[in-house]
Amino acid sequence: MTELMHAHYIPLVFAAVVAFCVTVYVLADGLDLGVGIIFLVAPREEDRDLMMASIEPVWDGNETWLVMGGTLLIAAFPAGYYILLPAFYLPVMLMLFALIFRGVAFGFRLQARRFRYVWDIAFSAGSIVATMCQGLILGGLIEGVPVANGMFAGGPFSFLSLLGVLCGVGLIGGYALMGAGWLIWKAEGRTQIFAREIAHAALLLTAFMMALVSLWSAWSVPEVAARWFAWPGILALAPVPLVTLAVIVALWRGIWTGAEPRTFILSLVLFALGLIGLVVSLWPYVVPRAVTVWDGASDPQTLAFISVGLVVVLPIVLSYQAHAYWVFRGKTVVHEGGYGD
Amino acid sequence: MTAVDLARMQFAFTAGFHILWPTFTIGIAWFVTLLSFLWWRTGKLVYRDLMRFWMRIFALGFGMGVITGIVLSYEIGTNWAGYSRAASNVLGPLFVYETLTAFFLEAGFVGIMLFGEGKVGKGPHFFACLMVACGALFSATWIIAANSWMQTPAGAVADANGVFHVTDWWQVIFTSSFPYRLAHMVCASFLTGSFIVAGVSAWHLWRRQHVEASRTAFSLAMWLALIAAPTQIVLGDMHGRNTLAEQPVKLAAMEGLWDTTRGPGMTVIAWPDMSEQRNLYALDIPHLASLYLTHSWDGEVKGLKTVAPADQPNVPVVFFAFRIMAGIGVLLLAVAITGLVLRVRGRLFATRWFQLLAMATTPLGFIAVVAGWTVTEAGRQPWVVYGQLRTMDAVSPVSTGAVASSLIAFFLIYNVLLLSFFWFGARIALKGPTDTSPPTREHPGLDRINTRALVDTTGARTTGSIEQAGA
Repeated sequence: MTELMHAHYIPLVFAAVVAFCVTVYVLADGLDLGVGIIFLVAPREEDRDLMMASIEPVWDGNETWLVMGGTLLIAAFPAGYYILLPAFYLPVMLMLFALIFRGVAFGFRLQARRFRYVWDIAFSAGSIVATMCQGLILGGLIEGVPVANGMFAGGPFSFLSLLGVLCGVGLIGGYALMGAGWLIWKAEGRTQIFAREIAHAALLLTAFMMALVSLWSAWSVPEVAARWFAWPGILALAPVPLVTLAVIVALWRGIWTGAEPRTFILSLVLFALGLIGLVVSLWPYVVPRAVTVWDGASDPQTLAFISVGLVVVLPIVLSYQAHAYWVFRGKTVVHEGGYGD
Repeated sequence: MTAVDLARMQFAFTAGFHILWPTFTIGIAWFVTLLSFLWWRTGKLVYRDLMRFWMRIFALGFGMGVITGIVLSYEIGTNWAGYSRAASNVLGPLFVYETLTAFFLEAGFVGIMLFGEGKVGKGPHFFACLMVACGALFSATWIIAANSWMQTPAGAVADANGVFHVTDWWQVIFTSSFPYRLAHMVCASFLTGSFIVAGVSAWHLWRRQHVEASRTAFSLAMWLALIAAPTQIVLGDMHGRNTLAEQPVKLAAMEGLWDTTRGPGMTVIAWPDMSEQRNLYALDIPHLASLYLTHSWDGEVKGLKTVAPADQPNVPVVFFAFRIMAGIGVLLLAVAITGLVLRVRGRLFATRWFQLLAMATTPLGFIAVVAGWTVTEAGRQPWVVYGQLRTMDAVSPVSTGAVASSLIAFFLIYNVLLLSFFWFGARIALKGPTDTSPPTREHPGLDRINTRALVDTTGARTTGSIEQAGA
């Protein structure tokens, strides 16, 4: 009896941990990808220096959550790893290439003098392409991937869908909103005014794309529509879109007049709501509509071994990451000769 | 070209490129940590100048390591789905622990290490450096535990579908080859790092720039090399004897030994011909291989022919890669001993040819590391999990075109990155540390930049140069 209970609940706990890591990744790396997305639109060189300086000490820690998501997937839900990664081969590879250019731009831009704009473009284009790829993967995930005999059974372009493109544009808007919110908080003067202006545009795009993606996925994927509109589930789920609407209105009203951290914090809430919506649409699958969390989980002894590390080490990780943000708190200042010298 | 070949080429290329950066960052991170500690405890400006200088070089390499590592963590899923399915129960947790204890640790403190010197005290800064250096070491530990399990699997059994299930975690992590592999790799990183520091310092000594800082760094580096080079040869010998016991076919390929022999000689150089299953143009030294492999005159060593040709690795690749690695090891030991002789004679900082030699040896550690990994990875073919899972059964169901195009993209992008790294890294390295220490008494001026101006012109320019140097 207890063993049956364990077999039922342990995968649920691990699904929650994976969802937590994905959420932290999206919220943390989203803000620095967002800074990259709006990087080239910034009017002055000193704006770009400050934008880079504001994320320089923390971007690496943020991106590590992407590795955490991948390694946790192979350890806890290997089916999700070895079916989904071949299914999204091209967008995953393209995202990695984009992250490579974006990542090395931090170091190289600082050293470059005459050809600095090359690394400006590498940083910004890398951020935009990586975000677009994440959107393509997200859209493909909602639509589902072809599986046969427990392995991916499609072609290299079977990930491609209109929904993926819509998700990509939506994510670009959402990350840009988060990045702009971060800058309203960390910057002053003209850079802050630029951030407020761009936050406005990003919010419009995000709100529009969130509505479009929700409607399109309900229309094109019957399972998703059934999940959201079936009675009486609709009563329990109705608060999600309603709260989302309230957050969008609060964001709209607070960009110019609210307290400085407000836009950033509300944009985090907006993303969290979007992720809740995603979980509702996809539950309880690791590979949508092919492998559930119970079928896809690792051996109990494997899950037991990683749970020790998660319980002991993850709180420590979270505390020193928070500490790293704390050390660099307050308004970002750019020093002579480099962001951090 | 099949998808297996392309996936292997891609993994070999991306992993071989990645391995350069952990090698670099482990060595340099510990060097920076040492300098941070010395600056904290002694307050000598020379240590701070050196610390800031090597930190800038470290930062460039660290970024490369992070980025190319993320690629590998996803490539295992994209290109090696069969392997992921078979081994995820065993290796997944090791990767999770690597992320938890190593990547997060590095990422959480590298910001403070690189940009926080003005925001935290000297003690906390040293602590941040120490955490980054430990993170680099932990990362190597977990990934080598995973690799060692693939080389000498234990503590897990495969079911009818070929999926491994763990019976004993202790055995999975502490496999028989793990300690030798780990020690050999960590020592290689320290050795490579010490010759990078030595090479860059030798450049400034040769140019008579930043003399005090360069002398300090050069001296530290040569001491470290003197410890690491002989240690590495002893560790390599121990690792080799472990391979003899656990992976005899790999060892036979390293030695170019086809027939099982009592008291085999050492093949100095030859062309191992796989189609004829023998060596062409061989130069042998009798009984020598028996001495260093079995530590006896007439020990028995298994030959390649104990397995079918289809189960043999690519012998020439393993054979020559091993000779490159071992040759560089001996050469670096010779340089380290030469350094000691010059130091005893009081000529370590003044011998011009030795400075040129130190500069020339700078890249050799990297070449030896890549050659060493070639030996260990190519030598275990055709197996991905030795004796249990064949490489051809480990690939993903993805199209050849997708793998080929991503391979070409990796090749182009990584080469652009490498050139950029050389460009920017060399610019920092050639410029040298900002030397803010006061001039030493016995050779005023000689410890500064612009020494030529100091020697042959008027007092006014001398003062100007000192001010400039101290700025």
